[in-house]
Amino acid sequence: MTLTHPAPRRDRPAWIVPLMLAAAGLVPALAAQAADTTPARQLERFSAQAGAPGQAQRGRIFFTSRQGGEWSCASCHGNPPTQAGKHASTGKAIDPMAPAANAAAFTSTAKVDKWFRRNCNDVVKRECSALEKADVLAYLLSLKL
Amino acid sequence: MSAARLTEGDRTHARRAGRALLAGALGLACVTAAHAEGRIGIPAGAPPAFVQECAACHLAYPPGMLPAPSWQRIMSGLDKHFGTDASLDTATTQQLVAWLRAHAGTYKRVREEPPQDRITRTAWFERKHRQIQSATWNLASVKSAANCAACHTGATRGDFNEHNIQFPAGMTPAMRRYWQD
Repeated sequence: MTLTHPAPRRDRPAWIVPLMLAAAGLVPALAAQAADTTPARQLERFSAQAGAPGQAQRGRIFFTSRQGGEWSCASCHGNPPTQAGKHASTGKAIDPMAPAANAAAFTSTAKVDKWFRRNCNDVVKRECSALEKADVLAYLLSLKL
Repeated sequence: MSAARLTEGDRTHARRAGRALLAGALGLACVTAAHAEGRIGIPAGAPPAFVQECAACHLAYPPGMLPAPSWQRIMSGLDKHFGTDASLDTATTQQLVAWLRAHAGTYKRVREEPPQDRITRTAWFERKHRQIQSATWNLASVKSAANCAACHTGATRGDFNEHNIQFPAGMTPAMRRYWQD
């Protein structure tokens, strides 16, 4: 028996093939979010909308402070968000928000818009302004490991 | 009879019996898993958005754990979803509403709509977990009754079998005493 031509094995259990197929099926599901942008382009986008560049220092204060509600951004995303966060009510692990620690962060425009819409509502009780989003992006991009 | 005295024929028989037993056990395990799957797991053919969106914040709870009217209310109030904004775009919402309606729980114990449409407030959930102390629910590794996977190791696969349960991290011996197995 060689490595390139293994002899047919008759004792392979019947359930192994469906199991492998099921495992293979998970891969496309996880890769479904298309990467169509970069964190730097998102910073440019929000800075252009605001008519002013995002500032990391302002972004850090915004990110780590409560704004009248029960939570700050950091309640779930951690402080500093170079590490994994934890959902404040469900306890589910959340990937780090800082692009330096998470290559997938801010790489889907639809996801960026969806999560700013939801989370600003949770934290600030309103939509965030373009300048606030630019500041947060500038802050997150300033973080190094 | 010691192994040394077995004839070749005896050994062949023993091997065959062993294989048959193993095959039977595997078959039984598959049947049991399929039964559980059919009842409370996540049905095959779930839209990718179901796991993607629901499991972004919590376990993707099996649709069979709530009746259709409860899912309907949850999906039409996603902007105020148990204290957070979980709103989705209209197309995704409609797709998930239709799928949840088709796979909502219909069997006897799930027919009743629980208070606040919470799975954790259903009569069957409360009965099944009546021995769990509040100190256990409050552990940092548990946090909430909604965190099925803190104890149910197969929860993400829709396996809530009581044989696949682990003690959550941080449980003291005193707390374990109340754990009914």
